[in-house]
Amino acid sequence: MSYIMGILAIVFILGGLLFFTTATIGLLRFPDFFTRLHATGKGDTLAVFLCLIGFALHEGVSLTALKIVVIAVFMFLAQPTATHAISRAGIRRGLKPWVRGEERR
Amino acid sequence: MSEFFVAVGLGLCLLVFLVLYRVIFGPGVFNRIAAISAIGTKTLIILLVLGYVYGRVDMFIDISMVYALLNFIGCVAAAKYLETER
Repeated sequence: MSYIMGILAIVFILGGLLFFTTATIGLLRFPDFFTRLHATGKGDTLAVFLCLIGFALHEGVSLTALKIVVIAVFMFLAQPTATHAISRAGIRRGLKPWVRGEERR
Repeated sequence: MSEFFVAVGLGLCLLVFLVLYRVIFGPGVFNRIAAISAIGTKTLIILLVLGYVYGRVDMFIDISMVYALLNFIGCVAAAKYLETER
């Protein structure tokens, strides 16, 4: 039983690492502030969630696993809120979204 | 299992250095804040991995929780400050 939990934990953590990698590539390669925020806001949220679920599976039933689940729920609420706050600040400061044909900035 | 956690930590450190490019060269302050937020989420996972490598997860989990809270509060505060400043 614990063997299967270990395999599941490794699969979840590797999935989280994959989503971290894609979010980083999006942050480096996309042409605009809003598109970069689109990459990190969703990719990092899912990656943190997958990694924390993997750690909780590896831990088993304990107080530490409960704390890890609390962190996962908090990040699932807080990360989109922070992304929304930054993008709204950018809109109010007058940043224009990128359209096709413009140069990267 | 410990070697697996060391490998995950090294991969996350490499990703942090890649994101650091956007912090240093990113045009404008908003790109920098977005990149710093991404670094904060990666650091949360790195702290947990460190706890598993050293075998003291019950201590590192509290540090990781505080780091998540501070990352969120700093991000929202910077966004609020930049929204009104002219």
